[in-house]
Amino acid sequence: MDRQQDTQASDARPVLEGPDIARVLTRIAHEIVERAKGADDVVLLGIPTRGVFLAQRLAAKLEEITERKISLGSLDITMYRDDLRMHPPRALARTEIPGDGIDGRLVILVDDVLFSGRTIRAALDALNDIGRPRAVQLAVLVDRGHRELPIRADYVGKNIPTSLRETVKVMLAEEDGRDTVLLGAKQTSQ
Amino acid sequence: MQRHLISAADLTRDDAVLILDTAEEMARVADRPIKKLPTLRGRTVVNLFFEDSTRTRISFEAAEKRLSADVINFTAKGSSVSKGESLKDTAQTLEAMGVDAVVIRHGASGAPYRLANSGWIDAAVINAGDGTHQHPTQALLDAFTMRRRLVGRDAGIGQDLAGKRITIVGDILHGRVARSNVDLLHTLGAEVTLVAPPTLVPVGVETWPCEVSYDLDSTLPKSDAVMMLRVQRERMNAAFFPTEREYSRRYGLDADRMARMPEHAIVMHPGPMVRGMEITAEVADSDRCTAIEQVANGVSIRMAVLYLLLGGNEPAVSHTRIEEK
Repeated sequence: MDRQQDTQASDARPVLEGPDIARVLTRIAHEIVERAKGADDVVLLGIPTRGVFLAQRLAAKLEEITERKISLGSLDITMYRDDLRMHPPRALARTEIPGDGIDGRLVILVDDVLFSGRTIRAALDALNDIGRPRAVQLAVLVDRGHRELPIRADYVGKNIPTSLRETVKVMLAEEDGRDTVLLGAKQTSQ
Repeated sequence: MQRHLISAADLTRDDAVLILDTAEEMARVADRPIKKLPTLRGRTVVNLFFEDSTRTRISFEAAEKRLSADVINFTAKGSSVSKGESLKDTAQTLEAMGVDAVVIRHGASGAPYRLANSGWIDAAVINAGDGTHQHPTQALLDAFTMRRRLVGRDAGIGQDLAGKRITIVGDILHGRVARSNVDLLHTLGAEVTLVAPPTLVPVGVETWPCEVSYDLDSTLPKSDAVMMLRVQRERMNAAFFPTEREYSRRYGLDADRMARMPEHAIVMHPGPMVRGMEITAEVADSDRCTAIEQVANGVSIRMAVLYLLLGGNEPAVSHTRIEEK
């Protein structure tokens, strides 16, 4: 088990490093302000685990730019997944909706990697049970392609063309001790 | 592989903490405008109640509906059981209808265990109280209430109840609640003291992982939570104490006694309360009494158990129980 992880780590090569991630998030924050015309009614919802940290960082940058408090929360999509019946039940993560709700607001979902699009589909279902936003947008750090649903991101940190045999691993200081995005080969045994 | 919840003693510490953590997230659904999750869509759950129960059945039903399961309620009264049908035939009837889980309350200790291990049905079995044996979801919701009040909602995530001193007062002999609580609280690292008149303490209690005392007043100052149990008149076939008044004076919780508890300590009651008997109205209505909170927490705990047993292709709760020989 440990040995396998070691091989994976040594095979994987970084495609985004710490400073790149910071620059990418700064750019996305500016894009949000531009497109949302000042980001007055923006609510950032991070999708656990790493989407939450990205949303926190984005909120800090948006507050720097707009000098206003940005609504920030998290949205756990576990209970809305379409593959629940294919795995043992997963541990739930925190859903934290800001006190003033999402009705009539511009909700921006934040996730680390956009892949099949199924997570975002589940997130849209979850939002439906929580309120009715004015609009929903999606910000991701990495878009690796291979969509299985008609879903696209509004703000993309970096497009990384991948094959299905590859894995994309986002590591963030809050969770993994350092900031990096690794592109590696999938374990054939799995 | 076990996919039933029969006894609180079957749960490992990690299983129990996982259930409590899951319940903490489930509790948030109650604050939302739409109190429903799609997770158990298309799964059928039968509430099979051979014994009268209002709050447990309603609590399970609320939990099942919040998770979008299809719910069938079966009460023994006015059913085929009153015509003489056996548990086996009832179970096989339910199996033929394609039921995914059975929540069972039965007057006979061991009925849920029999149902789960007999091979009569494939469905998951959840014990909602059997005779004087076990009531695991009650113990879980009590532990959840203690963790929320004594450790904290967010601070409690991933934590057990290590070092907390819990006192359980009242009818231990007829109480499945007491037995389940002793098992689970011990697993979670709490120190449990049972307080009851000697006649209401079961034979063999010395093998339970807890202390036994006959003196409430000396135990109260050393308690983080005091759980008052109802004296179950319907199970009293003999005289266990001279008068209700005497019981109430020695083992009832009134304001004077509550004042002797530590500042942070809470008063718990699984309900239904008999005001004036084991608890005075003044205590029952105080901020320190968690009876109403326990009801709300019951729905969250039952949602967590249902999700962890039925939400995936196999249960997340790993039991370490001994197979029936």
